[in-house]
Amino acid sequence: MILTIARREFRSMFMTPLAWVILAVVQVILAWSFFSAIDVFFNIQSDLTTLKNAPGVTDLIASPLFELSSVVLLMVMPLLTMRLISEEKRNRTISLLLSAPVSNTEIVLGKYLGLLFFIICLLFLITLMPLSLAMGTELDFAKLFSGVFGLFLALAAFSAAGLYLSSLTDNPMIAAISTFGLLLLLWMLNVSSASASGDGNVFAYLSLHVHFTALLRGILNTRDIAYFLLFIFGFIVLTIRQLETQRLQS
Amino acid sequence: MSSLISVNNLTRHYGDFCAVNNISFDLAAGEILGFLGPNGAGKSSTMQMLSGNLAPTYGAISINGIDLLENPKAAKASLGYLPENPPLYKEMTVTEYLQFCGRLHLIDKTQLDQACDLAIERCGLGEVRRRLINNLSKGYQQRVGIAQAILHSPPVIILDEPTVGLDPIQILEIRQLIKTLGESHGIILCTHILPEVQAVCSRVQIINQGNLVYSSSIDELLNKQTTQYEISLSATPALDEISGQDIFTSVERVDEHNFIIDSDSSAENLIEHIVKQQWGLNRFTARQTSLEQIFIELTAGDIEMDDTSL
Repeated sequence: MILTIARREFRSMFMTPLAWVILAVVQVILAWSFFSAIDVFFNIQSDLTTLKNAPGVTDLIASPLFELSSVVLLMVMPLLTMRLISEEKRNRTISLLLSAPVSNTEIVLGKYLGLLFFIICLLFLITLMPLSLAMGTELDFAKLFSGVFGLFLALAAFSAAGLYLSSLTDNPMIAAISTFGLLLLLWMLNVSSASASGDGNVFAYLSLHVHFTALLRGILNTRDIAYFLLFIFGFIVLTIRQLETQRLQS
Repeated sequence: MSSLISVNNLTRHYGDFCAVNNISFDLAAGEILGFLGPNGAGKSSTMQMLSGNLAPTYGAISINGIDLLENPKAAKASLGYLPENPPLYKEMTVTEYLQFCGRLHLIDKTQLDQACDLAIERCGLGEVRRRLINNLSKGYQQRVGIAQAILHSPPVIILDEPTVGLDPIQILEIRQLIKTLGESHGIILCTHILPEVQAVCSRVQIINQGNLVYSSSIDELLNKQTTQYEISLSATPALDEISGQDIFTSVERVDEHNFIIDSDSSAENLIEHIVKQQWGLNRFTARQTSLEQIFIELTAGDIEMDDTSL
């Protein structure tokens, strides 16, 4: 049942131009930065050989690419999540799901899973770029994997937050803007921790960015993974609760 | 026979506003229940509660013997629901959409195509089955909505204004379809088109300001002995002259030639009596107690109220 909803969600994304446009725009921007990173790498290659413990091609090209991807997708994900529930409420299609023998949990998980499928497509296209370097040089696959995994967790977290905010309103625009605001805030929380001393650690711990960077550097720490999983779990539970409450109030 | 839907003391408040107040009714298999009411009477709220879209403030609903609030998944399995706005995913084609609905309603994979074909045929969607719902006309979209509600052949079908936006021929077709379905399913038909209820339903309920104010079978309603007659006379006798006759219990003058009379005598006696008076009887009509009359009588209260509030 969850898969039925997920499949419809995934297919409907590709039946509207939105998904294609997003895939294309993201790919063009990232490809451009990928090529300039390669260009820089060629220029400094000779200097690198003189360094002891020099950063490899994965550090210099793949990691910055993932870093940039996370920022670009922070802006793009709200556009994908905004319509998940709010559009159904606006078009009143939600009553089809509510009067079908499906629980709220299944509806929410189905929608979330549908979006995760899309994220996997997106990640696949992004990962192809650094992978193509494997034809000419040696890559640090473990680090690459850690980066992709980190990006996946970050995007999954973005989606969960977006899904929740989409369930709060029946206006997709409001859902998109508030999701973007929330994500940006959570992303930048560590900026204040850098300036403040001592108790700034709390903000650093809450920041999405800090946990993402750790994974990007190739450090698979359970603390970071747990953070993302809790983040996702929390927002999904909130969304389910929200659907429940709406049945009572509407 | 156990009832398909049984509603007990259903109440719904929106803040202080009471939209549905303590409603109880039953629906048996093979029955088509017409649910009537003026705008804002609580019709759609009731339908939303029956379909699990809205939680009641208190009261109990059971569908096919299963409590909707305690066991929603099992109860909803025997339900087909067409809301006021058909819940259509406009980016899908008709067939895709119906297959999705079928899967949602747990139709077995092997029977899915067959069920879709049957619903498409029943709702006359054959020509448009491969088209995007978005590109269909309002009438066709409405029919897709109906197809969705009957697709899984649920014991209980709830239709909220199913004939809105259809052309007259389609309306007749859909009414015929509802009648056919009503033989084997229990149907609740929510509408404000009164002739539709008279044509299709076997029982009628009127809800006004959240209260159930009328409930009766259609046959009972139509066969009710009337005591009111409209007469048209070519002569213009004074009102006193007519009301002086003992045979009439009351007389009301509509205009110079037309009167409404009330009498317990049979129509035959009345005609004979009037002809004897040589008033030049042109027309004699027994007034049907129509649904419209009852409807207006029962819901007129708030029209007067609206006038004063203006």
